Amino acid sequence: MNRSKTNVAVGAFVALGIVALAFMALKVGNLVSFDSAEGYRLEARFDNIGGLRVRAPVKSAGVVVGRVEDIRLDRDTYEAVAQLRIRPEYRFSADTIGAIVTSGLLGEQYLSLDAGGDSLYLKDGERIIKTQSAIVLEKLIGQFLYNKAAESSGDKK
Amino acid sequence: MVDFFERLGALTLSVLARLGLATLFFGAVFARMAQGAKRGALLVREIHFAGVRSLAIILVSGLFVGMVLAVQGYEVLQRFGSADALGSLVALSLVRELGPVVAALLFAGRAGSAVTAEIGLMRATEQLAAMDMMAVDPISRVIVPRFMAALVSLPILAVIFSSAGVIGAYLVGVELIGIDAGAFWSQMRASVDFRLDVLNGLFKALVFGVAVGLISVFEGYHAAPTAEGVSSATTRTVVISSLSVLTLDFILTVLMFRGLN
Repeated sequence: MNRSKTNVAVGAFVALGIVALAFMALKVGNLVSFDSAEGYRLEARFDNIGGLRVRAPVKSAGVVVGRVEDIRLDRDTYEAVAQLRIRPEYRFSADTIGAIVTSGLLGEQYLSLDAGGDSLYLKDGERIIKTQSAIVLEKLIGQFLYNKAAESSGDKK
Repeated sequence: MVDFFERLGALTLSVLARLGLATLFFGAVFARMAQGAKRGALLVREIHFAGVRSLAIILVSGLFVGMVLAVQGYEVLQRFGSADALGSLVALSLVRELGPVVAALLFAGRAGSAVTAEIGLMRATEQLAAMDMMAVDPISRVIVPRFMAALVSLPILAVIFSSAGVIGAYLVGVELIGIDAGAFWSQMRASVDFRLDVLNGLFKALVFGVAVGLISVFEGYHAAPTAEGVSSATTRTVVISSLSVLTLDFILTVLMFRGLN
């Protein structure tokens, strides 16, 4: 094979690699969907975040509006503090309710924002005051069993 | 008993001597990287030999690995009623692990062994010595282009492998089994992060390229100059490359992905 044919083959090979990388970026990965560097920050405090993870989506009415950027424990109040990064084009009223919800029965957990009716909007660095913690299935079952037991012992008396 | 210690000692010393030889050789290769990089035409020829010629096996293997992943993944996922997650399962396993690792193993078998045999025969037929006599440095003329070809080719091959796998999984999962195409792609896109998954996978492939490249040129360069020596050097290339790819993969995976999800 002469040199120019080799050059063409190698060029095509590298081009195929770039096409594959573009396929990875656009079709398989989420490079264009959301750049975590832009947007403003909000903070939400929860008694229990359940299985919420860093990078979990923040959704409002099912639409992804941002991501969970950081999760830590407040050392004084023992509350979980979640830092959210919200896309700049979305604004939320000051009385927005943040809740941790599971998509489907076994799906991943995400943070749901339900906008309120306040005319003031949350600004960068502010806190979502009304929050609803994750539902811990074990606690729920435990409570149910406890109630049942209390009921049945009440019946006997 | 003394016999046992004698053998153990001899083994340890020979392994250490080999490691020392390898380290010196790697140092020499890295020191001449810049010189070798100037020989563009040689590099292109080696990329053609190692990379382009490996394309067929990579494409076909990737396609089939993706197809098998789709079938097996579907079997398990549909038990939990989450067959829609097939896209993300296939894409994550391909991009993070199977793409770089399987591509590197195939590359070691397809191209690494050939490079070792080629250089080993050059040594056996005293071509390397002849180059030295003519004041042509065999390391920058023969070794560095082949090493750099592995470095360049393997990441490209790994990305192509992963893409072929995703397409294979799409063909089986969506076209054959009948998972919803929208769910397949959107679940995939929701879980695969370009920087954390795709670029980390590429970095893995680059590390494997360095390892396989260095091992194959080293084994060829230091092969015993006999027919038997070349054959055992070729075998060693495939065995040592495969083992180091798998070991490195474990280490890199722990460093990259632990505590990520």
